[in-house]
Amino acid sequence: MARQEKPVDVVLVGLGWTNSIMGMELAQEGLSVLALERGEDRDTVPDFAYPKMADELTYGVRYKLMAKPAKSTITVRHSLVETAVPYRHLGSFLPGDGVGGAGTHWNGHTWRPMPEELELRSYVENTFGKDIIPKDMTIQDYGVSYAELEPHFDFFDKVLGVSGQAGNVNGKIHEGGNPFEGPRSNEYPLPPLKRTLNDDLFTQIAKANGLHPFPLPSSNASAAYTNPYGMQLGPCNFCGFCERFGCLNFSKASPQTCILGALKQHKNFSYRANSEVLKVELADDKKTAKGVTYIDEQGEEVFQPAKLVIVGTFAYNNVRLLLLSGIGQPYDPVSNTGTVGRNYAYQTMGGATLFFKDKFFNPFIGAGSNATTVDDYAINQIDFAKEGFIGGSYLLAAQTNGQPIRSMPLPTGSPSWGAGWKKATKEYYGHSMSISSHGSNMSYRDCYLSLDPNYKDDHGLPLLRLTFDWKDNDIRMTQFMKGKVEALAKGLAPDHLNTSFKDFGAKYDVRPYQTTHNVGGAIMGTDPKTSVLNRYLQSWDVHNVFVLGSSAFPQNLQYNPTMLVGALAYWSAKAIREQYLKKPGPLVQA
Amino acid sequence: MNSKLSLLLPALLLVAAQAQAADDATVAKGEYLSRAGDCIACHTVKGGQPFAGGLPIESPFGTIYSTNITPSKTAGIGNYTLEQFDDAVRHGERADGSNLYPAMPYPDYSVLSDADVKALYAYFMQGVKAVDKKAPETDLSFPFNQRWGLGMWDLVFGHDDSFEAHSENPFINRGAYLVQGLGHCGSCHSPRGVAYQEKAYDDTDDEFLTGGKVGIWEAPSLRAGSGTGPLVSWDKAEIVDYLANGRNDRTAVGGEMTSVIEHSLSYLTKSDLEAIADYLKSLPGEGQAIMLSVDATEKTATELNSAKVDINSGARMYLDNCGACHFTHGEGAPRVFPQLDGNSLINAKDPSGLIHVILAGARLPSTKGAPEALAMPAFGWRLNDDEVAKLATFVRQAWNNHASVVTAKQVADVRATISAAELNATKPTLN
Repeated sequence: MARQEKPVDVVLVGLGWTNSIMGMELAQEGLSVLALERGEDRDTVPDFAYPKMADELTYGVRYKLMAKPAKSTITVRHSLVETAVPYRHLGSFLPGDGVGGAGTHWNGHTWRPMPEELELRSYVENTFGKDIIPKDMTIQDYGVSYAELEPHFDFFDKVLGVSGQAGNVNGKIHEGGNPFEGPRSNEYPLPPLKRTLNDDLFTQIAKANGLHPFPLPSSNASAAYTNPYGMQLGPCNFCGFCERFGCLNFSKASPQTCILGALKQHKNFSYRANSEVLKVELADDKKTAKGVTYIDEQGEEVFQPAKLVIVGTFAYNNVRLLLLSGIGQPYDPVSNTGTVGRNYAYQTMGGATLFFKDKFFNPFIGAGSNATTVDDYAINQIDFAKEGFIGGSYLLAAQTNGQPIRSMPLPTGSPSWGAGWKKATKEYYGHSMSISSHGSNMSYRDCYLSLDPNYKDDHGLPLLRLTFDWKDNDIRMTQFMKGKVEALAKGLAPDHLNTSFKDFGAKYDVRPYQTTHNVGGAIMGTDPKTSVLNRYLQSWDVHNVFVLGSSAFPQNLQYNPTMLVGALAYWSAKAIREQYLKKPGPLVQA
Repeated sequence: MNSKLSLLLPALLLVAAQAQAADDATVAKGEYLSRAGDCIACHTVKGGQPFAGGLPIESPFGTIYSTNITPSKTAGIGNYTLEQFDDAVRHGERADGSNLYPAMPYPDYSVLSDADVKALYAYFMQGVKAVDKKAPETDLSFPFNQRWGLGMWDLVFGHDDSFEAHSENPFINRGAYLVQGLGHCGSCHSPRGVAYQEKAYDDTDDEFLTGGKVGIWEAPSLRAGSGTGPLVSWDKAEIVDYLANGRNDRTAVGGEMTSVIEHSLSYLTKSDLEAIADYLKSLPGEGQAIMLSVDATEKTATELNSAKVDINSGARMYLDNCGACHFTHGEGAPRVFPQLDGNSLINAKDPSGLIHVILAGARLPSTKGAPEALAMPAFGWRLNDDEVAKLATFVRQAWNNHASVVTAKQVADVRATISAAELNATKPTLN
């Protein structure tokens, strides 16, 4: 029999970006709010303190801040007919763990989606016709528009203290920004970060090719900053320990630096670390949740009653919790019924490394978002009918770090060990820059999430199973980008050029790192037959359960997800504050 | 008894009780004043019940334990009348007639108005939860255990005057009242004499607020008007930001003042903090001042930026340990990382405070206006006494700073006062 805790108004499952936001919004409303975080409590000091954080082996290679696969992981397979096997060593993506979640170890790339991306199916059908959408591609509209989210993008920009150069302020195009972005109501809160040599070279070649380079919008602060909650950021010093690390310098926007200190001042907010939620408990009629069951720090099972349950864990873990709790109907790709697990998507990446014997880039001077980009090949700039694919990418020249274990690129053909490797390393360390493409990934009928029939976690509960592989549409997109990247790279006349883009027939490989932008599985939409959540991120089936995070994306953006994830959390919070609390029940009638 | 009367009687009693009780506004005012007086700081142990006392306070005479000032009738001051409360707060006299130790700043509180004492009494009687647990008795050795002697102390060194306004400006007078009275700023920031007495209790004396010493920490001169002194170059907004939030564009709070901001000053209204700033700005500056010369700043910055520094030098230790946040110009970042160039803690005559910050780190209070408890990690696990001495000497002589050399012995003395847990809080551990 589980111990029962004192009831609260709201229980937050997970304490990363989304539930830090929701916690703040609902604490401001005066509700009693409790967050349950499965990982440990973390703060800048002591957990990310200088100089221990500057340790590539511990944090970059051994993933000290990430979820531990030995405790719980997912299983992976490429197709419906295969048996999935566990993802035993983190590689392709790095789920976060602990207070702050993935919001502590991200790079800080802070992109708004394009307006067209939020209404992708409508945009494609209206612009190019229904026929260009492949039969098994299951892309959808989000059910919320860019204009509706703009106030939340704007506020989240300010919470994060984004450094950047606006390209479109209220419809007016600004020189030096992204001319293809949706209209923003304000400039970025901070000016762009300082530039490095790779930025200058990329800017030069992009301009020479008629493109529109601009600094990547960054949540690494370019100057001291105080956000609307009174939380503070210090200027980024380009230490080169950003992605996979907690910021040692109060410079990277994270729940810790941007929200939690202010949230903890609310006496009606509390949180418990090392508390892993196993299940959302439903009332007998299955229409409402009664609270959650979790395992506390001492390993004891606890029932936490709550009037409102906000699920805000890492994307695919949200989906697993819904499946384990019996919320919504599990998706079946064969019969094409059910919704939970449907439309998992990822990110389509490619890149080139340019080697210059006569240039030295000081690669150890880096920041997670130190990059110059172009958006000329974005979703709203490509003729999908002509090019034969649906999607887009931004191209970027980034210099994030010069760490010795993982950041030693060598020209293709260099020996990978021994004296030859040493010689090549001596010759090329610091003599390279990169140009990459960061692209969209569409959703498909047979790419989805479900409970694994064979493997269980340390509590005896089924692991989540990912069924996913690359599709020709996205390969065509990335091959298109390859042509663009190579043209730019060759224009800079490097001594050597390595390229790495997926080609037709490529299989999804979980080993090399790609991105941690896993999306979908608990998607938002306008029809309960094809979505798990309504446009306010409320469960269609259990009205006092809201599910936050990129699990709500019906397909992936060409951009990094954090800005949309945060804005959707504010959007959902607004609906809860202004509508749901006054009249609890479904906010959209199915 | 007439049945009507028997119904009426309890109602009458209730009215009588209400007549004695102070109204909510007075209790709230008393709570505010108790914040201004920072009563909670001394009368509460860490993590303990508010105002239940028991905090050991080190004094030159031995350890003094703060008393339980909750309205408990058995363990606190629940039996005190307003007059008895007043005697304790303004005149240092307990209800039993014996004297309080002047660790209680009654010489400062003597300037409080009658109305404020009444409000404080209302708060402590009605707004504070009674705690029936007695605080430990203070047990000093002879002759300091002779409380009658304190009466003599009061006569010779004490201060028992009501407040005198010296300015035409009511804001300055309000500030003076808060600084001299409840704020008891002088108890740390005025020099103390041979008998531990504050050498000055108000601005009629030139030594008032010219700086003092609290344990290892130098409490700088607060006289911020024209003249010399560490606060002379601060404008009013910077003083207010510092008092409200423990940080401003130049510096950040450290040492004992951290708790004063966290528990007391951050609760004051903006207008009261502005009044305090106005008052401090009205006092002619007096104290050590550093004029910042660009040339001196650039000289050190150039040396650091060249990276041509000896491997075991203080400059090298600065680059490897401090430069990431405080940068090569020692400029830090406004409200986030304190500026080291010209910093009063760094230039203090006694380097112990600086050594403590290097060894144990420091954390800002989370205030309503600045909720982020920005923190500097400890370096005591990483640098030995000799290295800290070199580093501290470097920063004390870098840019425009000009303070004395720090020795390894001085570092060892401070290190001995810091727990191993504190020193090693951010030490990396093997996986």
